[in-house]
This record gives sequence, C-alpha cells and structure tokens, in this order.
Amino acid sequence: MPLVYCGACSHAPGMTGRAERADTQTRQAVQGAFRRMGDDIRATKPDALVVIAAEHFANFFMDNMPAFAIGMADGYEGPIEDEAFLRIKRTTVPGNKALSRRLIESVMQTVDVAYAEEWKFDHGISVPLHFLTPDYDLPIIPANINCQGPPLAPLARAWAFGEALRRAADAVPERIALIGTGGLSHWPATPDSGKINREWDQEFLRRWSANDREALLSYTDAETYREAGQGGFEIRTFIAAAAAAKGAKGTVDFCEPVPIFAVSCTLAHMHIAA
Amino acid sequence: MSLYQVQKLIYQLNRDPRIRQRYAEERDAVLGEYDLTPEEIGALVKPDIGLLYVLGVNGQLLMHFAALHRIEWPDYLERMRQGLKDHGPVREGVYAATGYEGVEAHDARLKAEREMH
Repeated sequence: MPLVYCGACSHAPGMTGRAERADTQTRQAVQGAFRRMGDDIRATKPDALVVIAAEHFANFFMDNMPAFAIGMADGYEGPIEDEAFLRIKRTTVPGNKALSRRLIESVMQTVDVAYAEEWKFDHGISVPLHFLTPDYDLPIIPANINCQGPPLAPLARAWAFGEALRRAADAVPERIALIGTGGLSHWPATPDSGKINREWDQEFLRRWSANDREALLSYTDAETYREAGQGGFEIRTFIAAAAAAKGAKGTVDFCEPVPIFAVSCTLAHMHIAA
Repeated sequence: MSLYQVQKLIYQLNRDPRIRQRYAEERDAVLGEYDLTPEEIGALVKPDIGLLYVLGVNGQLLMHFAALHRIEWPDYLERMRQGLKDHGPVREGVYAATGYEGVEAHDARLKAEREMH
C-alpha cells in the first residue's frame, strides 16, 4: 500500500521528564498537539509505524556505528533511561519482525542499512510514543540515523534513506505510517540547555514544508553546529521524512519554543495522497 | 587522553544493568578493564561531572551517568558550569558551551514577545 502517513515531531526528554516545570498552558498545548497527531495517525488505520529517530547511544556506539539502522524484532524494550528521569514506565512495545525484514530488504537495494534484532528504545522513540500511541498497540518499526557521533550520515544520504523507506513502504501490502523524530536547533545536555534559535527553526520548517530538497540539503554540519548546536544534527530525521513524502508539501501543525523542554516543540505532517 | 574509553565505560554502564551491578560492587576491577588516565579515573570515581564534561564526554552519555549518581537535572547543569570555571573550555567533542541567557530569562523574553503581539 502507498504510505498512509508522513510526519515529524520533537522527542525532547524534557516534555515528559520535566513536564511540570513548564507553565500549564504550554504543557497542555504541546500535549494537545501530540494527541492530535496521534489521532491523525490512527485515522489512517496503519498496520505499523516507522519511527525514524536519532538515538543517543542506547544501542549504537562509536565501536561500530551504523549511519543507518532498522530494527528487526517482534518487540522492543524501552525506555532505556531511568524511569524517574524520563517519567515513562519501561515496557515492551510491539514490533513486527517479518514486516521489518521485508522493509529492510527493500531499503537495502539503495541504502546500506544495518539491521538490529535487538534494540532498546530511548527518549528519541519513547517520548513520541508516550503521547502518540500511549497504549502501545501499534507495531513499531524503529529506524535510526547517526546524528550523534561524528562523522555523521551526510544529509543527502539521509534523504536517500527516506526515499528508500518510502519505496519499501509502498511495496508491502501493509498500511505504513512514518514519522521522523528529532530536535531542530538545540544544545541539549550542555550548560546551554534551553537555548533555541527560533529563526533558524522557522527557516528550516519553511524549507521542510515546501519540501525543497535542494534547500534542505544545503546545510553544512559546520553551519548547523554554529547556528543550531550539536542537537541540530538531528534535522536528518526530518529530512528523511521529507524525502519519504515524495514531493508532497507539508504543514507545521505546532511549533513553539519551550526553553525548559530545550527545543522548539514541533509537530508537522506532509500532505501525502493516501 | 582516552576519551573514547571513558565514553565506552559510561555507555556500557548506561545500558547494561550487569555492568552497573559490577561497578557498584567492584568498581576498581571494572575501571581496570578500560584504558584510562589517572585524571579520567579520578573524574569517574568522584564523580566530577564538570571535569568529565570538559574532557569532552558526549552529553547524551554524561547526563545519564549523572542520573545514575542521583544528580538532579539542575545540579547536573550547574556542575558542568562549575567544570568550565575550574578546568577551562571543553577540550574535545561537540558539546562545547556557547553562551546562553538561561531558561528563566529566556522564558521572560518569550513571554514579553508574546504580549507585544
């Protein structure tokens, strides 16, 4: 079936772990935006949700770092973080090993993706799922782009990964939804946690909504690091989602800078013809 | 300088409960399995979060190492700031400090902007 949903959202751990430190109005607005995205995803009656995340050394480390990876298991434990830190209860989220394998075999035709039969979710997947599928009733196909340990996956390859995932999703009989998760500008886990370059975020989202491949791929890592911090490297997940939209344009459903959550909390979707 | 080894130990502590258990019971033996300098061992044992930050430990590893030692988030941020004062700028990696007004001042500025519109 053709891809049924394509979107992107934030995964900042502060949205759950430090939720009460934001003012009530902000917290409710963020959570409401996530609920709406969850409703939109469910309305497309997906059989599985591909989550393209930027994991943070939960599974992959600099001893053997894949540029791209896809999980291939019937279940995934998460979150790996301390439950008190993230305030999400650890659980096993369903996967679909057979479907993963078919998707991976297709993606491999154009992108040398690693596969993983073991995969622990960290906040990059667990925080979005906490809001989007709180009952954990939708099988998840986790995908990862190395946004953490340089040298990083080049943006053009992140785009190719998104295209490959789209081809793969379109080729299977199941109804596949897909989201990218990550921050735009942010300086997480540094003394500057909370710093946000709002203008940079808005310009990035303008390019994303226009699905302007050339403009999206024109960022250099040096420029991103300077303007958007090391957290900005996670734009790769948004870029892959844009590629998966196959030229469709997007809408930014929510984008508000929330310093205590350390990002512009962002939710957006592409108008794919499902 | 063996930042990679420091980060590898923290990575393994973060994800493997068995290593956490061993680290609690026989820390020196675990530390001996990694190629670490005396400065790095000192920073890990104390733990000196500020020095580990300055040595260049990736924040996505360090914040969980801090949580493992029951260091709360605001304290974790403060220890990194103190580390910069005590040990100078971050020596490696991509988690350098770049200067920030702080969450409270930032919130106040955003609120003022909203009220203006």
